Amino acid sequence: MHRTGALYGQFETLEQQKETASLGMWIFLVTEVMFFGGIMLAYTINRHTYYHAFAMGSQTLSIQLGTLNTGVLLASSFTMAMAVWAAQVGKKKLIPLFLALTIVLGFIFFGVKYVEYAQKFHHHLVPGRNFDIAYCVNNPSQCEDINAKDMEKEREELTAAMEADPDLNAHAQLYYSAYFGMTGLHALHMIIGAGLLFWLLRGSLAGRFSAEWNTPVDLVGLYWHFVDIVWIYLFPLLYLIDRHK
Amino acid sequence: MQSPLPFFPVQASSFAGDVDLLFTFILLTCLLFAVLVTLLAIYAAFKYRRTSPGEVGSTVEGNLPLEIGWTLIPLLISMVMFAWGAVVYVNFRTAPKDTLNIYVVGKQWMWKSQQPNGKREINELHVPVNRDIKLILGSEDVIHDFYVPAFRAKMDVVPGRYNTLWFRPTRIGKYHFFCSQYCGTNHAEMGGWVTVMDPAEYAAWLSDEAGDVNPASAGEKLFTQLACVTCHLGNGTGRAPSLNGVYGGKVLLADGTTVTADDAYIRESILQPKAKIVAGYQPVMPTFQGLVSEEQILNLTAYIKSLQSQPVPAKGAGVAPATTGKK
Amino acid sequence: MSTSSTINTGPALKLPEKHYLNASYGIRSWLLTTDHKRIALLYLASVTFFFFIGGFFAMMIRLHLMSPYGTLLSADTYNRMFTMHGVTMVFFFLIPSIPAVLGNFLIPLMVGAKDLAFPKINLLSWYIYIIGGSFTLYSMMTGGLDTGWTFYTPLSTIYSNSAVAPAVVGVFITGFSSILTGLNFLVTVHTMRAPGMTWFRLPLFVWAHYATSVVMILGTPVIAITLGLAAMERVFGLGFFNPAMGGDPILFQHLFWFYSHPAVYIMILPAMGVISELIPTFARKKLFGYHFVAAASLAIAVIGFLVWAHHMFLTGQSTYAALAFSFLTFLVAIPSAVKVFNWTATLFGGSISFDTPMLYAFGFLGLFLVGGLTGLFLGCLGIDMHVHDTYFVVAHFHYIMVGGAVMGYLGGLHFWWPKITGRKYPEWLARIAALVLFVGFNLTFFPQFVLGYLGMPRRYHVYPPEFQVYNVMSTAGASILAVGYLLPMIYLMWAAFYGEVAGNNPWPATGLEWTTPSPPPTENFEVTPVVTWEAYDFHNRPELGLDVLGVPRHGGMLPAHGDD
Repeated sequence: MHRTGALYGQFETLEQQKETASLGMWIFLVTEVMFFGGIMLAYTINRHTYYHAFAMGSQTLSIQLGTLNTGVLLASSFTMAMAVWAAQVGKKKLIPLFLALTIVLGFIFFGVKYVEYAQKFHHHLVPGRNFDIAYCVNNPSQCEDINAKDMEKEREELTAAMEADPDLNAHAQLYYSAYFGMTGLHALHMIIGAGLLFWLLRGSLAGRFSAEWNTPVDLVGLYWHFVDIVWIYLFPLLYLIDRHK
Repeated sequence: MQSPLPFFPVQASSFAGDVDLLFTFILLTCLLFAVLVTLLAIYAAFKYRRTSPGEVGSTVEGNLPLEIGWTLIPLLISMVMFAWGAVVYVNFRTAPKDTLNIYVVGKQWMWKSQQPNGKREINELHVPVNRDIKLILGSEDVIHDFYVPAFRAKMDVVPGRYNTLWFRPTRIGKYHFFCSQYCGTNHAEMGGWVTVMDPAEYAAWLSDEAGDVNPASAGEKLFTQLACVTCHLGNGTGRAPSLNGVYGGKVLLADGTTVTADDAYIRESILQPKAKIVAGYQPVMPTFQGLVSEEQILNLTAYIKSLQSQPVPAKGAGVAPATTGKK
Repeated sequence: MSTSSTINTGPALKLPEKHYLNASYGIRSWLLTTDHKRIALLYLASVTFFFFIGGFFAMMIRLHLMSPYGTLLSADTYNRMFTMHGVTMVFFFLIPSIPAVLGNFLIPLMVGAKDLAFPKINLLSWYIYIIGGSFTLYSMMTGGLDTGWTFYTPLSTIYSNSAVAPAVVGVFITGFSSILTGLNFLVTVHTMRAPGMTWFRLPLFVWAHYATSVVMILGTPVIAITLGLAAMERVFGLGFFNPAMGGDPILFQHLFWFYSHPAVYIMILPAMGVISELIPTFARKKLFGYHFVAAASLAIAVIGFLVWAHHMFLTGQSTYAALAFSFLTFLVAIPSAVKVFNWTATLFGGSISFDTPMLYAFGFLGLFLVGGLTGLFLGCLGIDMHVHDTYFVVAHFHYIMVGGAVMGYLGGLHFWWPKITGRKYPEWLARIAALVLFVGFNLTFFPQFVLGYLGMPRRYHVYPPEFQVYNVMSTAGASILAVGYLLPMIYLMWAAFYGEVAGNNPWPATGLEWTTPSPPPTENFEVTPVVTWEAYDFHNRPELGLDVLGVPRHGGMLPAHGDD
């Protein structure tokens, strides 16, 4: 198949090509819904079965950082949509600007995530031999990033949870397995998205996208919005539900 | 009741007749349809075979009433099959109120059962005829399944939960039971016999101590029978380490590492003796793979466990010296 | 009586000058091709390779089971044999075979397009398949896998001492190959049909693959995440499915079967699509009830997602759940029955010939009938409580997978071999092979129904001696079956180089693919076709050279003009 301008050989018209590419990306996103759906289902079922442990797990997440990340991602979806708009109306100079903003916001998200993950590591909340949901409560000097008021609340919650569930640590480890599984999978998708954005940035700087042809921008936009929507589900599931008994 | 055909197992429970009858119904119905379709196809193949090279068929495209008919009729018939099957199954899943409860535990690769009075069995189940029996099934490791073909009854045995299986045996005799969920190496050998007895005989058997062997003493007999005692002398002067005090302690191996002498270690030492050689000893122990059953390994382990309190010889002990680490 | 379809008139035929096979030479032109036809052949080679590996394991199983005492192989080795037989056959043969070989080759031709929607993604899907297959081969070579192809936890994640992780990773990776193939097909059918090729003029092969693709893209991601979690559990000790850590082995089963049940429809729908092409072609008549058969494909795909827990009736799940799933299982049988009736009805009033592809179609009808009907037994709660996890189940699914899917695959290969290679296979040898296959198959698997009802559990390396006679019968059948498989492998290869040149449309058949030369040029159609005829319309296609002006074959019980 040889390309004729921007038209690939298997297509008759540019319109058909665009329609095909778009449908392809939508169907791909459906598969992603099923992919994330599986682990979200496992999480939801376990949340129902081990209510106390999972509530405790949510407690240990920083709602401030989570909200910040949510805002960052929503903003990045806005800038992405602006990039798509700029391409559609042919404002070629604006495309790289909005793409760059989206990338920056994406990296802010990674940065916040890194801080959160590092925190979990220090607080012995990574599943494995050292996992201990009670670590910070029992060793407040090791968890200085939690202020006294929050620490007191966590101690109360922990005591109540341990009474309700003697196997709290094992079940809390399930929570964290899901936490790292889901956010890790999401982060992986974002990294891929960031890579795609860099690729688009390069192309837009070279002037490849125009009002006549901007399919890659369109499709990456769809992908980026999807990744954002996954976060919109993760945030309440992990951070918000039943933080307090 | 004796089974009507050589293709059916013997009918030994109250379920068996129901299941076989349902099976016969579905079989006959399916046979009817299968034969009908096959005959129609063969008939058409003959009647409408090509008679000249260029011949084409008719222009018939379809027939709506026919489509509706052959959708609704199979639907109705399958609903009957569903409903009948549901009735049999609900009966199977709903144990009567007053049952004789037996605890059954499956583990790789054996079954342990405990009668209401505490009497235990390994790979055997004795039950009285014409009584409602309920098995409470647990697993120590992976998923197993307890299956008695003559009773037409089976139930998965899942770790982390209890499942129950009830049946009423209706015929005195001995029937196979099998593990019916793949569980690893010896899945196929994890079975035994269900013995259905006359109630009086069952009562007698239940109170009879003779069959209830203390595992440790059975193990001690085996230890001599299998000639373990010739090398594993208790005073440490034999070709093999003494087993006094070994169980639960640390063992120093020839490669310098130490291991804990737990059940798994004992089992491995019997089946794959060359896997871990005790420091200061030659790798001369023969393997007993294929020569001992799971039950016998358990008994030997129980015997070795009973040697924990025996005096550990100064030299030739199987126990690692205290300096190598805490117990 | 058994007149062949082909109309041999005129001078000897010659292959076209330039076609997709000689368009370019060299290994790079094959390994970097984006031509859907070449990719189909890449898949053909790979699935055939895995078929033989799976077949080797099957041979070991049947040889071993001749004796009730397990004398040939050790328990561990036997367990690896049946596990790897299952994994290889399910994931590396049955799921890809018809879609990736015949679907890839034919769908663009059938819809009138130059290629699939995403040719490079098509090639990528083959490479993903090869990478996944390599991981699984690595697992086989480092001791193999002994968990059963169903990977039930905690056996697979905690207790098994075999090469679980590489095999699970291999299957995980191969899943993406399936997803990309399904994606490609769905988009192609939506956006790349030629002018005049409306939805209801599409060959039913395309409808079948459309339905299959829906299942592929919705189901496969779920097995991906399930195996991903299982691999995490095995390697990193996470506890979702481990009861010792509060996890639930039954959750694994739900997630696993949510894909693996629809997966069996991925395996059978394409074969049904092939049969829907073969019967009209060799009866020279429109498929009876076209719309109903198309709708039935979609119905199977949808309802197929709702029945997964019929694999779990005896796990201790609630009785209500069991009732619901049994009910739905009976529902899913209905569209399959409707198809069987429609195929049979197509024969009436036809002009039937018994070329090899038609023999495979008849074989399919008979064997799928048995396989499908025995599914009713299993879906019926009162029977499943006895035959679950016995040889009854093994016999049932082999009737469908081998008697159904493999028959469909072989029938399709024979039917389209002239289009793919430009040459015909040797007809009489092929007919004999088809009969050998049919006989061997029944002898292998019918005794297993009896074994199952008598109570022989599956996955057993030793068994009570009273079951031996049926096992020996089964092994005898398997050796005949093996011959039935080897023959086509040999003569199809031979025919590809030395067979009689076929011409554009040897049968003749009505699909768009038959309007191109055999083999087709790389771009399929020199001019975009414009479709003005209905599917399987033998009467309005004078170019087929058939005798439509003679007295039309009257339809037997039904009026000569169709009403739908």
